[in-house]
Amino acid sequence: MIEADLPMADPIRKTAHLCIRRGAPGEAVRYDRFEVPYEEGMSVLDALRWIRAHVDSTLAIRYSCINANACKTCMALVNGSVEYTCTAKLTPGEITVEPLPKRPLIRDLVTDIIPDEEKS
Amino acid sequence: MPQLSTDVLIVGAGGAGMYAAIAAADRGASVLLVDKGQVGRGGATIMAQMTVAAALGAQEPDSPALHLEDTLKAGRGLCNEDLAWLVCHDGPQRIAEMEQWGTRWARESGRIKQEMAPGHSVKRCCYVDFLNTGPAVAATLRRKVGESANIRRISNLAVLEILVRGGRAVGAVALDLADGNWLTIQARAVILAAGGLTKLYARNSASANMGGEAYALALSAGAELVDMEFVQFFPIGHLAPRLVGMDPILWDPFRYKLGGKLLNGRFEEFIDRYGSTDFGSYNATRDVAAYAILKEVEAGRGTPHGGAYLDFRHIPEIRLRAAFGPVIDRLVANGIDLTQRAVEVGPMAHYHMGGIRVDTNMQTRIEGLYAAGEAVGGSNGANRLSGNAITEAFVFGARAGTAAAEKAKQAAQNWEDRTARACIGRLEEFRRTSDGDGVAPIALQTELQELMWEKAGPFRTGDKLAAALARIKEIQKKELPQLRVSGESRFNLDVQDAFELRAMLMAAEAVVRSALARTESRGAHQREDFSIADSRFLKNQAVELKDGNVSLRWSAPVRLDRSRSTDG
Repeated sequence: MIEADLPMADPIRKTAHLCIRRGAPGEAVRYDRFEVPYEEGMSVLDALRWIRAHVDSTLAIRYSCINANACKTCMALVNGSVEYTCTAKLTPGEITVEPLPKRPLIRDLVTDIIPDEEKS
Repeated sequence: MPQLSTDVLIVGAGGAGMYAAIAAADRGASVLLVDKGQVGRGGATIMAQMTVAAALGAQEPDSPALHLEDTLKAGRGLCNEDLAWLVCHDGPQRIAEMEQWGTRWARESGRIKQEMAPGHSVKRCCYVDFLNTGPAVAATLRRKVGESANIRRISNLAVLEILVRGGRAVGAVALDLADGNWLTIQARAVILAAGGLTKLYARNSASANMGGEAYALALSAGAELVDMEFVQFFPIGHLAPRLVGMDPILWDPFRYKLGGKLLNGRFEEFIDRYGSTDFGSYNATRDVAAYAILKEVEAGRGTPHGGAYLDFRHIPEIRLRAAFGPVIDRLVANGIDLTQRAVEVGPMAHYHMGGIRVDTNMQTRIEGLYAAGEAVGGSNGANRLSGNAITEAFVFGARAGTAAAEKAKQAAQNWEDRTARACIGRLEEFRRTSDGDGVAPIALQTELQELMWEKAGPFRTGDKLAAALARIKEIQKKELPQLRVSGESRFNLDVQDAFELRAMLMAAEAVVRSALARTESRGAHQREDFSIADSRFLKNQAVELKDGNVSLRWSAPVRLDRSRSTDG
């Protein structure tokens, strides 16, 4: 979907609270909390993209196809279980997003999912 | 100094890039296939759920010549006919080759199944069930690429400048997103296969990674673009409710098979106000539908998300399920029960007809610099025939890979450290000066997307286009030199966004200037202030950089020498 179509923060509207694990290897782990305007059907990836565009552009995330669940690169831990963030539905209320636990951490939600033979 | 060395460097690893890699490797070239995302996972091909057009004649008599006729008709007199002929002529071979490599085209009674699609005079469009064409062909190409010992893949590598020396492409400088370092690559030939520019528009049906970088790389290297005013807008793309796991252009087959009422925000039928009839089911042509929807929105009669309703509630569930079985369940999983609610649809950027100007070997005017796939301009003229996009990815990919491998055999490496150092100096300077306290690049990308949608979208006027151009130039001058970019080295999306924004602005300028100069309406370029096609404009616009400025000139369309080509 489309950035411009996501609603702006509005106190009357429902909001989702994302608690996101941040940092790179060797840095102290921290969790940042973001308030995101909620609209029916939104995905967790929609919320992460909204945060980058409107609140904190330094948040590191990985995705490509946005909609289609075709690229399979947007995986993260959502409320403790491995999900594609593009198909994981956002819900109003608290939601925790963390990097994949079994992959080497690059930064924030980005882990090293690239096969060794595809590296520089 | 070059850290990597290859015969053929391919920028962009979607459908065209992977096909080019396979073709070049088959001819003995060493290939470096790089993508700013993950190899084989990005671009447009993998997103496509629909059909691939090729004159197989599996369902009814067909020929490349007839496919060409349909393609040229859709292109409204502006196709580069030599390139269009290649697509139509080579298409069947590529479909057969893909099947050999493992793609399971839908078959019926032993023959590849081909469907009718708009603009085609026969059943010509093959596909992979169910709505799985793009992912299936991408998987085939990924496997094939992975099997080749000659192909090295690098993911998360964004090529930022093509190095040219003595009029020849000699390599590139790239940013390694994983660690933030520059990477120098020497190559005997370079293929640009990084797709189109649909990301320039707030409403688009594409993946995140096609912001016109292929065009900016080509222009900066000294190559030309062509037909940049022709952006294809799909009239009934999905707007709401939020739908994931599916292509936003999915409603077209629903429309063909089932009909469906197109209603405005007040649930009134409106197509008849715009010179088309509806007879209770939605059957207006694409251009009328797009125009009517946007005019209703303009008049304050749009849906909450700025489109129209597409309503299937009058169609019994049994008919919905008979036509689209498993897809109906995927919709329900998205909270969309078509028997209970209408969906919101509207025009969105879908494909770019314009692109890099090449000859029939896919070579630009810079020796050793090639293009493939959607990045190529010209073969579709003013409008693309449905189903030709993946065909062109395969055909141009194979052609470019073959030609680049041949070139690499004749050409020695022509690397020079000084050229690369000067390039890195420029890139460093942009990254450094961008470390200011201005706006985050992603915020400007969002603004540019909205600007292009509002001012250079499906229906254009001179005033709107001039306003778009003014703001683009202002961003380039004011905001671009003082972007707010964080200092992280690992996976720093701010840095990637900044370079992407710079390329997006250059591509947007090419689109807007070309659209301003074409004071007529033709195909996908519709001017409200010049609403008819004018035969004086039966010509193409070429775009180049002159002293760093985007500059245009008119040129006559390339016509096919029929005695030479169509007998084969």
